[in-house]
Amino acid sequence: MITELAIIFFGMILVDNYVLVKFLGICPFLGVSKKLDSSVGMSVAVTFVMVLATAATWPIYTYLLEPKGLEYLRIIIFIIVIAVLVQLVEIVLKKYIPPLYNALGVYLPLITTNCAILGVTLLTLDSGYNFAESIVCAFGAGMGFLLAMVIFSGVRKRLEDANPPKAFQGLPITLVSAAMVSLSFMGFGGLIEGIFKV
Amino acid sequence: MSIVLAVVIVTVLGLVGAAILVVAGHFLHVAEDERIGLVADALPGANCGACGFAGCADYAKGIVEQDAPVNKCIPGGNVTSQAVAAIMGVVAGEVVARKAVVACQGNYTNTTNKYEYEGIKTCSACNLLFNGRGACKYGCLGYGDCALECKFGAIQMINGVAVVDPEKCTGCGECTKVCPNALIYVVTDLEKPMVLCKNKDRGALTRKDCSAGCIGCMKCQKICPTGAITVTNNNAVIDESKCINCQECVNVCPVNAISNSMVVEPVLEK
Repeated sequence: MITELAIIFFGMILVDNYVLVKFLGICPFLGVSKKLDSSVGMSVAVTFVMVLATAATWPIYTYLLEPKGLEYLRIIIFIIVIAVLVQLVEIVLKKYIPPLYNALGVYLPLITTNCAILGVTLLTLDSGYNFAESIVCAFGAGMGFLLAMVIFSGVRKRLEDANPPKAFQGLPITLVSAAMVSLSFMGFGGLIEGIFKV
Repeated sequence: MSIVLAVVIVTVLGLVGAAILVVAGHFLHVAEDERIGLVADALPGANCGACGFAGCADYAKGIVEQDAPVNKCIPGGNVTSQAVAAIMGVVAGEVVARKAVVACQGNYTNTTNKYEYEGIKTCSACNLLFNGRGACKYGCLGYGDCALECKFGAIQMINGVAVVDPEKCTGCGECTKVCPNALIYVVTDLEKPMVLCKNKDRGALTRKDCSAGCIGCMKCQKICPTGAITVTNNNAVIDESKCINCQECVNVCPVNAISNSMVVEPVLEK
């Protein structure tokens, strides 16, 4: 049981990294990765919402949609649920935990309809995980997002000092270097099978 | 039948979600001082950071919640501080208008290049190569790092030297941070004379490099009636607080390195 959860967790971080391997959540990946502290803040908020969203959508899908044969409704329903959830979390945080709200506050509305969040909730269902596995999977996806953001904020710091040709300046060189970071993560393919001997 | 069920489920979920949010919004509402928004609207929104806060929104928060002074906004000037003071119900202090001045007259007419620079067209890069392309290593590098930094478009490169347009300059001081030779000053009174040179070489050497460079001849120091001028390291420095604006130094300077900063632009354009 523990081994399976560990496989899912590390698999989500290294092998199936949402940003660098599955190319989900590219928007915050490029938008907020300029500074280390904002990229960490964003990642923590994403992780938080990913886990919450999965915890909320998994039961809805399993106990409401699946028995009625309404699986095709999951995207639209998940969007509603996640949007409501994030807004609710924001209100609650603002009221009861102001420090956490100040830390995450700016990022929460941004990720309400982020594709990485929706992607986690949908892809965990496709993988046929049970509830505990889904939660671990979502947490792993968030940690993978954090890792990608932290690595890439370092890369971008170096990019700022570099002086690429004019045609490459700004977003183009950022995308090229993102592709290289992504390529390096391809090297983790097969890692989990090797470590856990599955 | 199944379509009815689908519609019902989506509708009910949407309604439940809306109900939850309405109830939560009602019961968990946190009263935020509405003056923060009003003050933020009154500020220029340039986010220059001249007030010492992270940006206009942060400054607005500081004014309302931490009783920060309302006259810190330099780009907004008196108009803004009065508007903010009206919102806050306090008396606005006077905002001292400040303008940036580039202390160098080493344009293409007054000085020469010691080599032709073909590298990256920024001052910071050029400065790495033998202290810049100009004959004088203390002078304006002429690639406009400051002009790029200026959010108000107040700095122009004219004849190889950065020139501040006092009309557009708000005195936020962002440009002073990027000049590799620290040539830009923010002054409160443009009427008063300023030494528009930072050259610390001996007079003869300076003379060779630039026809408008301070040669450290001490004439201004001797003539100044209030002792506001001191020449250290072959370069005159005027103490703005002691200066009575008598213009004696401007008239006596043999190289026109001291100038009333208002006239910088016409001098350069001739």
